[in-house]
Amino acid sequence: MDRIILHSDANNFYASVECLYHPELRGKPVAVGGDVEQRHGIVLAKNYIAKGFGVQTGEALWQAKQKCPDIIFMKPDFQKYIRFSKMAQEIYSEYTDKIESFGLDESWMDVTASTHLFGDGVKIANEIRERVKFELGITVSVGVSFNKIFAKLGSDMKKPDETTEITRENFKDVVWKLPVKELLYVGRATQNKFRIYGIKTIGDLAQADVYMLKYLLGVNGQMLWLFANGLDTSPVSNIGAKSFIKSIGNSTTTPRDLITDTDVKITLYVLCESVAERLREHNFVCSTVQISIRDNELSCYERQGKLVMPSCTSQMIFEKAFELYKANVPGKPIRTLGVRACQLSLRETEQLSFLPEIEHMQKRETVECAIDEIRRRFGHYSIRRGIMLMDNQLSNLDPKSDHTIHPVSFLK
Amino acid sequence: MATKTFVEVNVHYDLNGKMTPVSITWEDGRIFEIDKIMDCRRAASLKAGGQGLRFICRIRNKEVYLFYDEPVWFIEGKD
Repeated sequence: MDRIILHSDANNFYASVECLYHPELRGKPVAVGGDVEQRHGIVLAKNYIAKGFGVQTGEALWQAKQKCPDIIFMKPDFQKYIRFSKMAQEIYSEYTDKIESFGLDESWMDVTASTHLFGDGVKIANEIRERVKFELGITVSVGVSFNKIFAKLGSDMKKPDETTEITRENFKDVVWKLPVKELLYVGRATQNKFRIYGIKTIGDLAQADVYMLKYLLGVNGQMLWLFANGLDTSPVSNIGAKSFIKSIGNSTTTPRDLITDTDVKITLYVLCESVAERLREHNFVCSTVQISIRDNELSCYERQGKLVMPSCTSQMIFEKAFELYKANVPGKPIRTLGVRACQLSLRETEQLSFLPEIEHMQKRETVECAIDEIRRRFGHYSIRRGIMLMDNQLSNLDPKSDHTIHPVSFLK
Repeated sequence: MATKTFVEVNVHYDLNGKMTPVSITWEDGRIFEIDKIMDCRRAASLKAGGQGLRFICRIRNKEVYLFYDEPVWFIEGKD
């Protein structure tokens, strides 16, 4: 029997929540954007009126202002968005326990086993739409299909507040005529490759030779071919299931460009402390440290290196990260810096040793655990490294508690 | 546009933590007893701009929409 998968996508999520709370904004072009002073000044979400002026998510606020001089910018309120996202999940959870969220505003639901209670997929989708509209005051578009990929495509087809069903019978008519870039995981690079081979629509992709695609894109080529033919079988994970963590990282776009070593050190320390604290929280140690650097002309690269031994202390992660930075200093000032801990293993399986390095590291760990405890009780800024005082603008950042909102990857 | 008036509320909590608003204090200081709660569910207030747990209350024979939008309470005005 075919599965029945729903994909619910909140329309202009951040902007809709802001418009709900500010009725005076309704009917005007609105965009939610980051703080210009902090150089996070890009459009995070916009309403349909702003969209009509050609305002796009991800572009700079000044660009949006050029396209639409009357646009009203709202500061994001992530706590509120998280609350709304949770409330939406609560509604979904009354229909199934198989819910997988994809960022704050999107979720898949597998309602196959619930249809005898609530009616068919479309009926459940419509009920969910009505409830979200009434209870949360925002709208969602829902796609109904027999696999996750088509369900997601469906939720993108009719907006706002609509249900789209893609069945085995109609998918060739509905999906195949869409441009190939609509498919999950077809980005600009893949699209360019496809163009050379004359693959413009999802239908072209579905009818292409799978061996040729495999040759062109590797395993992903085959995966995309399966997606296009509606043969995706990936399950919707359970609501309680915690995703398996493969790496822990933090990155930040700094309020000003980083030029000197001290600038980089301060930012790296902030990031490494957050990463190390999160590692300890999950009882992990990492063996590899990766840094990512983006310069002020937006070209970026990543470098990684192995630690002498697995660790969860910010000091060791920092030393490695800084060493990687020194070996790969970019020619231009840095705009965004990121640190990631990879190759994680559980802390219990640590090897004992007589070596003084290990003893030193264990001492270090005890110190850092004590710092975690102090921060938990008295707040992040209650205890800090001396170097942080050298530049308050750069060090005034708590990546761990500030925000942690990323769509988890579809391919885990 | 309908008005949104934030109000002080006296709330009774029972042993299970169930919340029942008992009276509200209007902007001018007058206190109104809530005679009856007719309905309680989560809802959005498109008119006043907000969202929360909505109590439809009867106060002096009038129907009043009282919202608990954590941590504040507001009343959706009628226009």
